[in-house]
Amino acid sequence: MATLTFPQDDRYNAFITMLDKAETGPGKLSGIGIAIKDNISTRGIQTTCASRILEGYLPPYDAHVVKLVKKAGAGIVGKTNMDEFGMGTTTENSAFGPTKNPADTSRVPGGSSGGSAAAVASGMVRMALGTDTGGSIRCPAAFCGIVGHKPTYGRVSRYGLVAYANSLEQIGPMARTVSDISLLMEVLTGYDPSDSTSVNCPYAHIPDPDIRGLKIGVPEEYFGEGVDPRVASVVWDGISLLERKGADIITCRMPSMAYALAAYYVTCTSEASSNLARFDGVRYGPPADTRQTWHESFQERRRDGFGTEVKRRIMLGTFALSSGYYGKYYAKAQAARQQVRNDFLRLFREVDVIAGPTMPTVAFRIGEKTDPLSMYLSDILTVPANLAGIPAISVPCGTSEGLPVGLQIMGPHFRDERVIDVAYAFEQGVSR
Amino acid sequence: MTGTADTAGQESRVTDFSDDEVIIGLEIHCQLDTLTKLFCGCSTDYRDDGPNTHVCPICLGLPGSLPRVNRKAIEYALRVAKALNCTIVEESEFARKNYFYPDLNKGFQITQYDRPLAVKGYLDIEGDDGEKRVRITRVHVEEDPGRLVHKGGADRAKYTLVDYNRAGIPLIEIVTEPDIRSPKEARKFLNKLRATLEYLGVFDSEKEGSLRVDANISIQPRGWFDREGKGKADRGRAEVKNISSYKGVEKALTFEVTRQKNALRRGQRLGTETRHFVETRGVTTSSRSKEMEQEYRYFPEPDLRPLRVCAWADEIVLPELPDARRARFLTQYGCSPIHARTLTGDLRVAEFYEQVAGIDPVLVATWVADTLLGELNYRDMSISRVSPDWFRELLFLVHKGNVTDKGGIEVLRSLLDQIRESGSCETPGACVGRLGLRVLERTAETGSEDDPVVNAAREVIAEQPQAVADFAAGKKEAFNFLVGQVMKKTRGRAKPADVNQVLSGILGKEG
Repeated sequence: MATLTFPQDDRYNAFITMLDKAETGPGKLSGIGIAIKDNISTRGIQTTCASRILEGYLPPYDAHVVKLVKKAGAGIVGKTNMDEFGMGTTTENSAFGPTKNPADTSRVPGGSSGGSAAAVASGMVRMALGTDTGGSIRCPAAFCGIVGHKPTYGRVSRYGLVAYANSLEQIGPMARTVSDISLLMEVLTGYDPSDSTSVNCPYAHIPDPDIRGLKIGVPEEYFGEGVDPRVASVVWDGISLLERKGADIITCRMPSMAYALAAYYVTCTSEASSNLARFDGVRYGPPADTRQTWHESFQERRRDGFGTEVKRRIMLGTFALSSGYYGKYYAKAQAARQQVRNDFLRLFREVDVIAGPTMPTVAFRIGEKTDPLSMYLSDILTVPANLAGIPAISVPCGTSEGLPVGLQIMGPHFRDERVIDVAYAFEQGVSR
Repeated sequence: MTGTADTAGQESRVTDFSDDEVIIGLEIHCQLDTLTKLFCGCSTDYRDDGPNTHVCPICLGLPGSLPRVNRKAIEYALRVAKALNCTIVEESEFARKNYFYPDLNKGFQITQYDRPLAVKGYLDIEGDDGEKRVRITRVHVEEDPGRLVHKGGADRAKYTLVDYNRAGIPLIEIVTEPDIRSPKEARKFLNKLRATLEYLGVFDSEKEGSLRVDANISIQPRGWFDREGKGKADRGRAEVKNISSYKGVEKALTFEVTRQKNALRRGQRLGTETRHFVETRGVTTSSRSKEMEQEYRYFPEPDLRPLRVCAWADEIVLPELPDARRARFLTQYGCSPIHARTLTGDLRVAEFYEQVAGIDPVLVATWVADTLLGELNYRDMSISRVSPDWFRELLFLVHKGNVTDKGGIEVLRSLLDQIRESGSCETPGACVGRLGLRVLERTAETGSEDDPVVNAAREVIAEQPQAVADFAAGKKEAFNFLVGQVMKKTRGRAKPADVNQVLSGILGKEG
């Protein structure tokens, strides 16, 4: 057992809770300090999801992944900032203030795992855990210039992850190198009987940069309307590099992209409206005012405890699930989701992986995005992987206007190894 | 579309109900008697323990916890579905029922909605007009919410306490078609259902709060519900919620029949209404509060995979169920049809009977079905508090003629009272001795001065000259009166046959 001391200078506001000491032990992650996103339960360490409503909540148990990283010898150094309950693309929707992008402190780090990304990008920690519901690992990885991987749905246990949208989200690794992503994947994956959606598919792999003969599909839609041409050009350069390393580049189409964003937002808000119902002031937060009626007390608590974006999504989801609208919204969204899945299945009969930009633009200025809809639109390239449950990685591929750009690689279900190999090949190609 | 429903003011009064019928459908929630909860490993044996002691992150619904299905609970539910002759659905699914209530720790209940575990079954019962089939619409599994506790009573408590020990207990919900035609029939259905569930070993009716019933009830023109009756006006109906006992169901429904009939007599339109049964007052009251009109926003539970359990159902071998056992009691023990029905109507009673029957099946049947159950019912005691050992001993004394039937009943009452008061009792033999109920053995031939029966008979004859004279005048009833007096004098210890013999001997001689 060794004790890791941890610098307390959090200049980017990456952390909600910082621990000054962390115990480390023997194992694959021996001696490594790791940051955990604040929506992952840590026993005895405040877990807020960046929400006032959970301020002071000390989980009595560790999330499955927290147990795993501890067992592998890592020391937990703190809990990172995020958009409240994961609802956002900038880490501005936090009750604990926005996180700044280490690449440019006037910019957002992306979200919702912005604290984890900033902590890694700034060198405060070597690796961090994020969660990805619609791009929440990959977006901040792209904006901050680090690597972030969303595993195949079911490959990493969600037990202990405070649910935002259960059917979409996965816990995943964030680090500065693909090798560290791979190392963390070895620790995080495996069957967990306490998560009924868990799949017994452990990751035991050493990244292989040889991609000769690999077929890489590039959907037109990933370079369509709304994608900044400067970002597109950086990403095309990256794809050309993969071609030079022996891969075949095949352009293709993904018509279901037209419905992906709508399907995503209906699904995630619906699930969120239900998941967040438990925060009613009876069990979390300060004791309820017993002079009030139960309904008054609970309305007040939710009104004061949730931020604007969270309330917006709860209302959207509540509406989408209401009788008379369920068929129009939730049921349609599931049908659209199936189309996205089918598109990927079809494409993966022809190509081995799919590549494109992670985000349509570089990091926004802090406070720039005020209109929720335009914010939602920026998730268009990341949500398809969540809708289909496939693995997707974002790897740094250069800069535009001096800001990091991410290349996204998506693969078939349970082929996380393959997308990590492609990312590794790219990383090796760039550094050579 | 018939016009009558539109204009409430013109609703005609109903004065004669002879061509109407009561229509009842039930929704029954039973706790499945598993060792652990539906979605976690917490023990279900919470009733004797303090509040919030049988809880964990999962059944408390703590952020980040996930449910995992208790296989045993699903097996139990499948047993029920099979015993109720249901079709097990190829793939069923859990769903979330969203509503806010302090006892609902997640803000939603995990239940089943449009894809229940099993559908389309039936249960045969002894209805008002003989054997009857009540169709089962569906059977599904869900979790019980927690429990609200009001110290000092709901009206006086200043605050509400919440106990989550019950949260996550597996429930089975059984929904019937509206095939039941009277409150009595509803009770009979529930009794049969309870017996079936207990025979299956999945339910313990003696656990407090293990059964809850919602009942839909209306009074409609005869045939309204059948196909040919369609188009006749719907007179409205009530859904009575929150009935938590077997007796309560019949009471609540009987109250509703009277209430609805009175309303129809006055020409009131009933509409569709949710009512609550107030057990203490035996009435139903309207629940008009807005919270009752719920929008549950059901959607599939994303944390659980769909259930594909047809194959499990195929492997289940059902135990002997009440109907089969009743048939066996008729042939194996020679029970009367009524006794066979009573004895098999409750698993504990049936098992008890079979443990004791060996002495004399027909005698034991009478004693258990008529005497014992009556005495238990009078004392509000369960048969599980009666030991087959001492009951067997008592019936042995009766069977051997050491105690008369009447004396036996006296012993039984005394022993049951002892159990009720102290939890245990003396042996029947000791009780017989203490109460001096041993049968008066004839000590000598008829006529002897020392015979206690003869002595008692002589005393009665001396005390009742009028009856003796009446008998001599040919009044047969006078003899029975004298027999009764002798029995009284011997405190029931004389064998009736002996008394008859002695009395007729003496009277015959004197007459």
